[in-house]
Amino acid sequence: MAEKPKLAMYWAAACGGCEISILDIEEHLLDVDAAFDLAFFPCIADFKTKDVEAMPDKSITVCLFNGAIRNSENEYMAKLMRQKSVVLVAYGSCAAEGCIPGLANFYDKKSIFDFAYKESPSTVNPEGKVPVPRTQMPEGEIEIPEFWDTVKTLNQVVDVDYYIPGCPPQSDQAWAVIETVVDILQNGKELPPAGTVLGAGNKTCCDECPRERKEKKIKKFVRPYEIIPDPDTCLMEQGLVCCGPATRDGCGAKCVKAGIPCRGCYGVPAGVSDQGAKMVAALASVIDSEDPEEIERIIDGIVDPAGTFYRFSLAASTLRRVQLESLRPAAAASQEK
Amino acid sequence: MAWEPKIVAFLCNWCTYTGADLAGVSRIKSPANIRSIRIMCSGRMDPTFIVKAFALGADGVLVSGCHPGDCHYVEGNYKALRRVHLMKRLLRDLGIDPRRLRLTWVSAAEAEDWAKFTTEFTETIRELGPLQLVEGSGTLVSATAGNGN
Ligand code: SF4
Ligand code: SF4
Ligand code: SF4
Ligand code: FES
Repeated sequence: MAEKPKLAMYWAAACGGCEISILDIEEHLLDVDAAFDLAFFPCIADFKTKDVEAMPDKSITVCLFNGAIRNSENEYMAKLMRQKSVVLVAYGSCAAEGCIPGLANFYDKKSIFDFAYKESPSTVNPEGKVPVPRTQMPEGEIEIPEFWDTVKTLNQVVDVDYYIPGCPPQSDQAWAVIETVVDILQNGKELPPAGTVLGAGNKTCCDECPRERKEKKIKKFVRPYEIIPDPDTCLMEQGLVCCGPATRDGCGAKCVKAGIPCRGCYGVPAGVSDQGAKMVAALASVIDSEDPEEIERIIDGIVDPAGTFYRFSLAASTLRRVQLESLRPAAAASQEK
Repeated sequence: MAWEPKIVAFLCNWCTYTGADLAGVSRIKSPANIRSIRIMCSGRMDPTFIVKAFALGADGVLVSGCHPGDCHYVEGNYKALRRVHLMKRLLRDLGIDPRRLRLTWVSAAEAEDWAKFTTEFTETIRELGPLQLVEGSGTLVSATAGNGN
């Protein structure tokens, strides 16, 4: 029998949920096993980086890469997996758009370290130690990855062939993509053009949402705990901030069907470059006021606009990160002194 | 060379663009810092244009249309009003001073107002200084390549 194509799945700055979404394809795992040899999948089996380093270039057929790029190790692994794989897929929101790890772009390395290692209520660190890339120990030098100020998406460090959005991608969608890939490989079909978003649609979450829209405008925003939403009408028209209009379809409108506003995990819809700006446009259409002061009062009800609109895509947004004084060249120079 | 504010202005075709034109024809002085972009109505001003302008190096963005009640598409300018108010919140959260975005109403006859508002706005931006995005921020190239479309 001819050698089977090789499959890899690697996590960078990730939570592990993306791996679970693959394992959740259940009995289809047997089909995956029949079609592929596992080349590298640290979440479920004991593989080491040096195993991958020893492989010939392009010897992995498909690599599902999940997780954002937040430190030097993540970038090294992204480059390594790119070099060893024929097809590199940004799997899940973290790799595609930065996702929750990308929210660190509201801060910088120093403020994150200060909180995590010094100020958080559960931390006891009287010497105020923070991790440093290199430490001398009696046994020799210890090296850990270098943490960056700014989280990047996978395609900001290497070329990416395909994107599978979602936090995590829905398992049925993941399986559909794998099935298509197997079909392409086994029957010599042509791969879709590079850059294609797989396992999702080309419209918005609103397009697959069963809730009725009546073009009703609102005078007040509410938070999910404040109301029991009507089960049939659009959540936005009931005053909830729903990211559906600024989010790609593909999940089957899961959250909105359950009465929870879409938080935007399927990322920007086709043809949209900035989820936050798109949400501004969508919300401006639903606010019922032509008076500047009243508009201000109404939008006071939107808690944390940027964190809400860019919850999954800050690192992939037009500006990518928050402009912090501490990161300005002048401030950085004076800090070094 | 001394730094000069770069300001991108989105002007509605029917009112402000004509007003700005009138200012030129009437030889009323207005700052050379303004790069005008004509749009059919202030309601066409997609918030995406604003973040793109800042990512591409604008220090300020001006949006200007017909006075309330005068929009040729009835309520495009009210939409612009709500968008600008929301956009200012988003800019604040993104660490960009919301005063870098301004909305004005200038009719086709108000050439003097055009000169006054643009002079005022240029001075505001001059006081705020260059925007200078910090390292790791996006540029237009990455902004269009960065979303997997
Ligand atoms: S996309 Fe979501 S599920 Fe996947 S690694 Fe990131 S946070 Fe976890
Ligand atoms: S805004 Fe939300 S609730 Fe309303 S139609 Fe869109 S996805 Fe459904
Ligand atoms: S409804 Fe929105 S947040 Fe929920 S799974 Fe779908 S895209 Fe993600
Ligand atoms: S036509 Fe001028 S603002 Fe709408």
